[in-house]
Amino acid sequence: MKIYFFKIILVSLIISSTHANIWNSPHDDKKVKENILFSSFNLPPKKLDPVVSYSSNEWAIIGNIYEPPLQYNYLKKPYTLEPLTLKKMPTITYLDSNGNEVKESSDRVAFSEYHLELRDDIKYQNHPSFVKEKNGTLLYGALNQEELESINSLDDFEKFGTRYLKAEDYAYAIKRMAVRQKHSPILDNMQDYIVGLKEFSKKITKIAKDKKEFLDLRPYNISGVKIIEDNALIIKIKGRYPQFQYWLTMYFFAPIPWEADLFYQQKGLIEKNLTLNWFPVGTGAYYLAENNPNRQMRLLVNPNYHDEFYPTLSQDEIAKSNISKELLADAGKKLPLIKEIIYSLEKESIPLWNKFLQGYYDASGISSEAFDQAVQISTSGNMGLSDEMREKGIVLRGSVQPSVFYLAFNMVDPVVGGYSESAKKLRQAISIAQNEEEYISIFQNERGIPAQGLIPPGIFGYLEGEVGTNRVVYDWVEGKRVRKSLEIAKKLLAEAGYPNGISTKTGKPLKLYYDTTATGPDDRARMDWRRKQFDKLGIQLVIRSTDYNRFQDKVRKGKAQLFSWGWNADYPDPENFLFLLYGANASVNTNGAGINSSNYQNPKFDRLFEEIKTMKNSPDRLKKIQEMLGIAREDAPWVWGIHPKSLALSHSWFKNILPNAMANNTLKYKRIDAELRAKKQEEWNQPVILPLVLFLLFPVLMIYPLYRAYQGRQKAVVRSER
Amino acid sequence: MFAYIIKRLLYAIPILIGVNLITFMLFFMVNTPDDMARSQLGAKQVTPEMIEAWKVERGYDKPLFVNGEADGISTVTDTLFVQESLKLFTFNFGFSDAKRDIGSDIKERMMPSLAIALPTFAIALITNISLALLLVLFRGSMLDTSMMIVAVMIMSISSLFYIIAGQVLLSKIYHWVPISGFESGWGGVKFIILPIMIGVFAGIGAGVRWYRSIFLEQINQDYVRTARAKGLSELRVLFGHVLSNGMLPILTGVVVVIPTLFMGSLIMESFFGIPGLGSYTIDAINSQDFAIVKAMVFLGSVLYIIGLILTDISYTIFDPRVKLG
Repeated sequence: MKIYFFKIILVSLIISSTHANIWNSPHDDKKVKENILFSSFNLPPKKLDPVVSYSSNEWAIIGNIYEPPLQYNYLKKPYTLEPLTLKKMPTITYLDSNGNEVKESSDRVAFSEYHLELRDDIKYQNHPSFVKEKNGTLLYGALNQEELESINSLDDFEKFGTRYLKAEDYAYAIKRMAVRQKHSPILDNMQDYIVGLKEFSKKITKIAKDKKEFLDLRPYNISGVKIIEDNALIIKIKGRYPQFQYWLTMYFFAPIPWEADLFYQQKGLIEKNLTLNWFPVGTGAYYLAENNPNRQMRLLVNPNYHDEFYPTLSQDEIAKSNISKELLADAGKKLPLIKEIIYSLEKESIPLWNKFLQGYYDASGISSEAFDQAVQISTSGNMGLSDEMREKGIVLRGSVQPSVFYLAFNMVDPVVGGYSESAKKLRQAISIAQNEEEYISIFQNERGIPAQGLIPPGIFGYLEGEVGTNRVVYDWVEGKRVRKSLEIAKKLLAEAGYPNGISTKTGKPLKLYYDTTATGPDDRARMDWRRKQFDKLGIQLVIRSTDYNRFQDKVRKGKAQLFSWGWNADYPDPENFLFLLYGANASVNTNGAGINSSNYQNPKFDRLFEEIKTMKNSPDRLKKIQEMLGIAREDAPWVWGIHPKSLALSHSWFKNILPNAMANNTLKYKRIDAELRAKKQEEWNQPVILPLVLFLLFPVLMIYPLYRAYQGRQKAVVRSER
Repeated sequence: MFAYIIKRLLYAIPILIGVNLITFMLFFMVNTPDDMARSQLGAKQVTPEMIEAWKVERGYDKPLFVNGEADGISTVTDTLFVQESLKLFTFNFGFSDAKRDIGSDIKERMMPSLAIALPTFAIALITNISLALLLVLFRGSMLDTSMMIVAVMIMSISSLFYIIAGQVLLSKIYHWVPISGFESGWGGVKFIILPIMIGVFAGIGAGVRWYRSIFLEQINQDYVRTARAKGLSELRVLFGHVLSNGMLPILTGVVVVIPTLFMGSLIMESFFGIPGLGSYTIDAINSQDFAIVKAMVFLGSVLYIIGLILTDISYTIFDPRVKLG
């Protein structure tokens, strides 16, 4: 009887397994077969309000919702700007101090006016804030307690509306930026450029402080931001500032409809976490349909999205940029190509990686734990996919990031700082001894290239080959960069007054201090390596590990001697890197607010910086940049470190992927082959039944022997008690 | 009993003030308001004006414990500590630095935490007690000895190992359940099977050993011998006498834990993508979000005090000799 019963269970499980769908899918079965992208996030974004948002994980979301005036072309390299909500690129007129128009090249240029003409066909996403009463007031502008009780999400509103994008929305965004209580990270920077912003900021900040409830910014105006028509505005800039066009691609300049701003200022909605910071209102290709930063965020296609088409390239551009044909297959198609994006919270890299391998995420980065499984490096140093990944049809893409990570010398430090010959030679010797190639190989899994200066590849001013080589640290031998020998470094060190690392003045070994936030056990190898690089020259390196707050404090006050830091480009212009060594930005001169944390100050470098800052890209600008790089290399305020390389994996069904470190609105170009995805997921995830049968049968099978043992024990007790 | 509960609740007030005081001192010893502002503002260039505006908005421009510029009672009341503590005692947790209502967040995150913690707790309790009783039944046998060795082995291995091994074996190799994720409602059952199984398994070693020792203490008592002398079977002795008399020490450890189940489990929730309260405090500490830290420490203390009161009350239920007063 019992055997018969077990046979039935076994057979039914086997039969059910033959009809089994996949059991381990974290997604809804229907959604897998739809045109939906499945992605993840490991850090919940905290700020989705474009006035304050400044992190890459936040921009990855709002980049698809908000539309600033300009964007980067998806396919073109080097990075090329193009209109997004404008009819054409901004026209710029130059004015003298009396307001008369002058030529761009004129010495009398005091102001630049950026004329922005908006497209007429751009509408916002549907949103309850746009619904108005017949008299023009907002229907949901003053919700009472009773109405609020039934509202827990935006879906709880009955009516939704939209309207066309207007020039005043861009002006409104700049006004919001001026309100100090909004904590815009670029306000202080922009005050130096936008005419009238500083005065306006003082005024509006005071008004905002006194105003207890709604602050409608429409009645207040910035003198340098003029609305000409419903769809045209002028932004007046002090002097020449060609980089301003790049700022116009950033979300600080994304339009904010006044209706949404007032709607979200209601206290009752704020208490329910319904704020502009959590539920953006934009004109972009997608809108945020669900925002649960603790679990999932969902972007849906904006039904009101304006006409935008997948870009194409001329034959000449294709040849130059090395773009594959596959990337041009969708040229001319209306965007966006994917209808929904689901981001799920994945805090740990191991589950994320396994889900990617199971096909449940369409793309993934490569964590250090997964690196060996995903990538194999040939003896010649070339990186390729492992066989396992290739069999699954996974594609690997890599690109050098517009970033630099460096080891800085504090130039106001009495030992490593200063501009004397001996100080320079000491820094140069240390620069040679730091084997960045080895660092990249050991700690970066070959994900990076040694920097030759501040400017990373892809940014104007970076040069390949011999001309782009830092001749202080490298020699050019047979068409290759070769790091100078340790003997040369030792010779420089001796000339600096430290033969074999011993000070000729004191007779004691040179001891340097490296401040770092590396406090964990994982950092130990890195610190040992760093110590070893100095040890090669006989210099003793003392590691001073501390928490990030103390570390920042030391650097700001110029109290750190050596420290590592990095910089990611805001925009693809060399000015955005060279200003890291501009004297006026020195940390110690600016009460810690300056970004020149090594406190480097060279009058010639500064003069050249002031020249190139306002120049357009040209051979003359390139020449001056090379001159600046030469000065910096010679002074060696940094050990130039590395430009990191990012690697990403994607499945065969995920199309149109092209790394673009500057653009954040690229989801609209991507495409999913959902049918192939569903097929592969089913193929890779069939449940294994037999262990389950054994697992379920085990407790049942245990009952009988235990019962017999119990019976025996009962009798044994009786016998012994007799 | 009512008077006792009121008395205990009144005792809780100075305890909570003390906990709050320590939280304030520790947090501000490590992070100054300026550090917090820099961290929260997240800008590449943080100017003094930005820091000042951030501090004013959150009240961090006020002195921590003593306001030298104020007069009279305001010297103490117009301070960050008193202002923030008063809000906490009314369960008004305020807003996080990401401008989210902390109270709403806690409510929202509590349920996913409970979805894992409650079943894990209940199943683990039943499993551990059952296995402990089984071992007591077969005490001294090969089964008892080998199970004790296995229990020590289970205890000795980090729960992180069980999580990763469980995910790899049951999800990656056998494809039975999703590796991680969460969904509310019945659709979410498939997501919580694995964390519950692992939670139960990881606790078996310590649980079984603890309950077994409690029951072994009882098994040699006079009342057990009397029960056997009456001719009761060993099973009836165990379930009818040993279990009920062993409940008192079990309650000491178990009831106090029940309210804190709301707080979730950090590792479990991180690895299984459960949007619970487990990682809320740690994330807040990492991002220097003091508003969340103080709210969670306060809530944790309140729940622990409730747990202790519940334990005392449960004594009176299981042991009629205990009188509260």
